Amino acid sequence: MIYSLCLLLILVGLYGVVASRQTVKIVISLVIMQHGVHLLLLLIGYRDGGSPPIVDPGQAVTTFAGLSVDPLPQALVLTSIVIGLGVLALMVALCVRLYERYGTFDVTEIRRLRG
Amino acid sequence: MFDVDTRVLIPLFVALPLAVALLIQLVARDRPVLSGWLTNVTMLGLVVMSCFTIGSSGLYHLGGWPTPVGIDLRLDSLATLLLLAISIVGLAVGLYSVDYMRRYSAGSHFYSLFLLMVTGMVGVVLAGDLFNLYVFLEVAVVASYSLVAFGCSHEELEASFKYIVLGSLSSALILIGVALVYGITGTLNMAHMSARIAETGMNAPLSLAFGLFICGFSFKAALVPFHAWLPDAHPSAPAPVSAMLSGVLIKAIGIYVLARLAFNVFGAGDSELSLLRWLGVLSMIVGGLLAAGQSDIKRLFAYSSISQVGFIILGLGLGTPLGLVGALYHLVNHAMFKSLLFLNAGAVEYATGTRNLYRLGGLNRALPVTGATSLVGSMSIAGIPPFNGFWSKLIIIIACVEAGFYSFAAAAVVISIVTLAYQLKVQRMAFFASLPASLRDLRREPRLMSLAMILLAAGCIALSFLVLSGLRDPWLIGAAQETLSAGPF
Amino acid sequence: MNALDKPRPGMSMIVRTVTRWLKGPILLFGIYIVAYGHITPGGGFGGGVIIACAFILVMLALGGQSGLGVFSKGAASRLDSVGLLIFLLVGWMGTYWASGYFFANFVDTPEEAWFTLFSGGVMPVMNVALGLKVASALFLVFAVLTGLKIADHVERTGIADESAPTGPTSHPGDKREGQP
Repeated sequence: MIYSLCLLLILVGLYGVVASRQTVKIVISLVIMQHGVHLLLLLIGYRDGGSPPIVDPGQAVTTFAGLSVDPLPQALVLTSIVIGLGVLALMVALCVRLYERYGTFDVTEIRRLRG
Repeated sequence: MFDVDTRVLIPLFVALPLAVALLIQLVARDRPVLSGWLTNVTMLGLVVMSCFTIGSSGLYHLGGWPTPVGIDLRLDSLATLLLLAISIVGLAVGLYSVDYMRRYSAGSHFYSLFLLMVTGMVGVVLAGDLFNLYVFLEVAVVASYSLVAFGCSHEELEASFKYIVLGSLSSALILIGVALVYGITGTLNMAHMSARIAETGMNAPLSLAFGLFICGFSFKAALVPFHAWLPDAHPSAPAPVSAMLSGVLIKAIGIYVLARLAFNVFGAGDSELSLLRWLGVLSMIVGGLLAAGQSDIKRLFAYSSISQVGFIILGLGLGTPLGLVGALYHLVNHAMFKSLLFLNAGAVEYATGTRNLYRLGGLNRALPVTGATSLVGSMSIAGIPPFNGFWSKLIIIIACVEAGFYSFAAAAVVISIVTLAYQLKVQRMAFFASLPASLRDLRREPRLMSLAMILLAAGCIALSFLVLSGLRDPWLIGAAQETLSAGPF
Repeated sequence: MNALDKPRPGMSMIVRTVTRWLKGPILLFGIYIVAYGHITPGGGFGGGVIIACAFILVMLALGGQSGLGVFSKGAASRLDSVGLLIFLLVGWMGTYWASGYFFANFVDTPEEAWFTLFSGGVMPVMNVALGLKVASALFLVFAVLTGLKIADHVERTGIADESAPTGPTSHPGDKREGQP
């Protein structure tokens, strides 16, 4: 059930990328899509009734492994969030520069390259 | 070569360009000449290190953690082949850009971004687990987004925006695929994963994950129908960037990963290979036909890249050893001659200020080095014996016929003729016609640009000797065999 | 009332006052998350973002110039590079002094010292280097993006038939930070 909500978020983002007319809206839709993908990745590591993946002092490794949710997807999502941040900064800078050059944020008017 | 040496070298491949990229920002921020020389020394170092790794293979555990737990870097002959291609083309492009980038301010940023892109590509080639591959993929691709937009003119920004949106979309698809595969097999290490997949077989979720990977990495490799960003991004970028993008980036992060996933991780089943074959043939035909009608030199070469990548993927999709040898040989050849052709187009633009074929002519006399090297490049890509393109295309066509796909072989022959046609068009209109009045008094190419182009042309000619059996064994055949042996490394 | 009438850069008086009180604790909190990254969740990335947010808050609330006065763009760029170079240097030292692998942990911690601040070998050092890099990179991105002045003569989209593709202009490429 929750997985389908993740998929819904990804599809909303995808719809936004395809149907938006403004560059900034495309950027925001891409961010929404990335959020959906990160949620999906996190959910894969979930275990019903699991505990957060922090080892308490004195806890044996095997009991920890038996109780906690999978910490690996959390590390992967953290890395991916930071990558997404870098790409977002680049996209926003490109939008600003495109406005400088073309005078508009409208994607249908930024079409000098064809063929 | 000795085992100890290569084990130390493997992380150095990734760490060296990364460290020098940041060192340039620290030390040479306002000194483009110094940054240029640092970059070239680094690329020369990479070439030397790649030569050391020929014929050896190894597994390097980062941090000393054993395989299922830790991150591995893996070197085998396929990786060595790509490392050689990346470093040699990178060295030539680095030499070229010392002169070409004089016209841009912020030269040191260019060299940092260039080295970051090289870091990303080398990381993808050496990665032993899927998530590290994704991270290095993103490093290379984000650096290339910035490099495409480097001059900040209209076309560069528009092309870069289109590239970045499509690239982020495909990266999201790849990440969904990684999530699915991790959920099913429980591991990210590619060797482990292939063992698990061999046990369970390809069920529906794994096929979905494989399909997502194909979609995502076909974007990166610019296969039809995922090619829409390439004809805008490659021509608009500055010439050394176009050469790197078309020459090595689409191969290292597109074709190499597709080969790894299809053969080593997911096992080379027939449905997967037929998907690759069809994508290859489609790209070959569409790219070749669309290239013939272009009037902009670099756009023509960009469509031609799509077509040649189609050849390579067709060869990969055959699954037979001969097909793989042909595909890998064509990969290395294409890296050489496509980057050579893009550097030539850049030299033409540097001297004349235009890329439109209808305005050029007679450049053989004005730019002799460019003319001669572009003749070598054109004959290589068109498949004229005895140049290297002829041998690799011949091997792919023979492999198609051997495997029984006669229609694909016929299509390959037709598209080779189309390739010859549009290359002749470029040669005739740009180099051999008479010099128009508007193009008198051109500057000759600067020395370093000539050196870079001669280096790549010499590489093309050297590669055409590769077919002789003495040189062909450790590189191509070993690489093909290791790729075909699906299963744990 | 005179102080309220003068136009000042930044936001209103309430925001400015609260920022002046809070910038220290936010910075300290960020440093805490970076330093204890091997024991509690967080580490280099999260802590670096919080440190950057402290400076960004100063820039937003008190005006761009006062933010840049504390942490200039040149300093941020240099710290950025230094952070990653320290990270790589520590990783390289792992090859020589420890089991011969990159990023091997070559400082051993006795068992009673687990879960304290100075444990975990080289990991705190790497966390600090990462935090430095992420903080300065994020701050630099923010400073550059807010400092971009859109050109006065923004060209309209009159797509005139250009005879030749525009050659390279002399605009500098924007600084893009590398991936942490």
